[in-house]
Amino acid sequence: MEYADDYILKVTNLKVEIQNQIILENLTFKVKKGTTLAIVGPNGAGKTVFFRTLLNLVPYTGKIDWAGKVKLGYVPQNVSVKDIPISVKEFLSYKDVVDVKAALAAVKLDDPAVPDKTLAVLSGGQMRRVLIAWALLDNPDVLLFDEPTVGVDVGGEESVFSMLSELKRKRNITMLLITHDVHLVKEYTDELLGLNKCVTYFGDSQQIVEPSLQQKIYGETVCLSP
Amino acid sequence: MFDTLIFSLIVGAAVGFSAGYLGSIMVLEKMALVGDAMSHVALPGLALGVLIGFSPQVGGFIFLFVSAILIWYLGRITKLSFETLVGAAFTLALAIGILMYGNNLDELETALFGDIAKVDLTYAAIAVLIAVAVVFLTRYIYKKIVLGLISEELAISKGVNIAQTNLLYLLLVSVTVAVGIQVTGTLLVGFLVVTPAAAARIISRNLSKYFVLSAVFGTISAVSGILLSSALNTNLPGPLVVISGVIIFAVVLVVRRAKKMMD
Repeated sequence: MEYADDYILKVTNLKVEIQNQIILENLTFKVKKGTTLAIVGPNGAGKTVFFRTLLNLVPYTGKIDWAGKVKLGYVPQNVSVKDIPISVKEFLSYKDVVDVKAALAAVKLDDPAVPDKTLAVLSGGQMRRVLIAWALLDNPDVLLFDEPTVGVDVGGEESVFSMLSELKRKRNITMLLITHDVHLVKEYTDELLGLNKCVTYFGDSQQIVEPSLQQKIYGETVCLSP
Repeated sequence: MFDTLIFSLIVGAAVGFSAGYLGSIMVLEKMALVGDAMSHVALPGLALGVLIGFSPQVGGFIFLFVSAILIWYLGRITKLSFETLVGAAFTLALAIGILMYGNNLDELETALFGDIAKVDLTYAAIAVLIAVAVVFLTRYIYKKIVLGLISEELAISKGVNIAQTNLLYLLLVSVTVAVGIQVTGTLLVGFLVVTPAAAARIISRNLSKYFVLSAVFGTISAVSGILLSSALNTNLPGPLVVISGVIIFAVVLVVRRAKKMMD
């Protein structure tokens, strides 16, 4: 269905139970097209399960309504590449990519040596970019990004974020980011979803700097680093 | 005698190529011992073939096939790893198989160590056809398996049915092992799935090279083992296939070390 109100995703009373344990319940919120939603919560809050639910990988009750035929791109938190001798070129070829260079240029990986490198030797930032390139190949309307800063050094974080912002502007992609990074939430997202089995906060992401909100989301005070 | 050698070489090349190719996935999945252990599951089937009077290979294949489905199903419902389930099943199968052979020690020796004197044109033709089918089907699933190893979510979100892919993979291993038993026997056939791929892994920087080298090393191991066995006038090429493969592994290792030192 197409929403007249420009929402791309409506989640209503979502509940996920795995092996008789409630992982998520009473999730109700909406995401506007072209915005970036940060999903924040303590470990074990069900954030990754929520993504898996959006990808239709786990059974759920309640409603997940996408506006029309929405294509999802997914960038996972963890990939196991250490023991697999797969090159960047080969990995991208799994999506029938003809122009590997163009796919990598889209994520600002212009080094001509990158396509022949094995995934195992890439830096954290390069790996993230390759995974983003993989996700972008389907021209997604929505990008689900699990922990963008994991394994990326401090300088690399900023360049990954600015690249994502540029992509968002150029392609009008809606992004859902799971993160613990307060700086990322404040600088690069529009709305914030506090998640701890249920919604603990939903609103303006700029409020993340408020200690009272962090207390609410994490259950303990988290100070913003200067 | 010459015909038998030619047929044996054809079977050896076919089995070595397909087992090496399949084994490359097994090594990536860290399931090298699964291939080895699974081969023993064939023993009761081979014994049944001998006792009832039909082809032991068919009996072996049926046992492997049924065991593979059972192990796949138990894996799904118990969430135990293939390694655990195969480990539990293979010793039992070995014990039952040995009991079934009873005093029929010559046949037991053939089952355990292979016998290329019994290879004929029909067997060679079947081995080649099966090897071609195995390589073709493995090509069809290897991207799916590799993607699943990198990230299960990525694979599933791309439409890969991991359970179905694993089942097909186990069946391919079963049929390859069943054919290979005639060359190396149940005790040693697992070697062809593991060592060529291990040697290829040491020197491969991309998957295409890795898969091709695994298959080539598997073929060289099997063919050279059979030729050696013929030169030494023995019908038990299994141990010589293993020794040839280990020599390839050692050479690859030494060359790689030497290259690294020169760099």
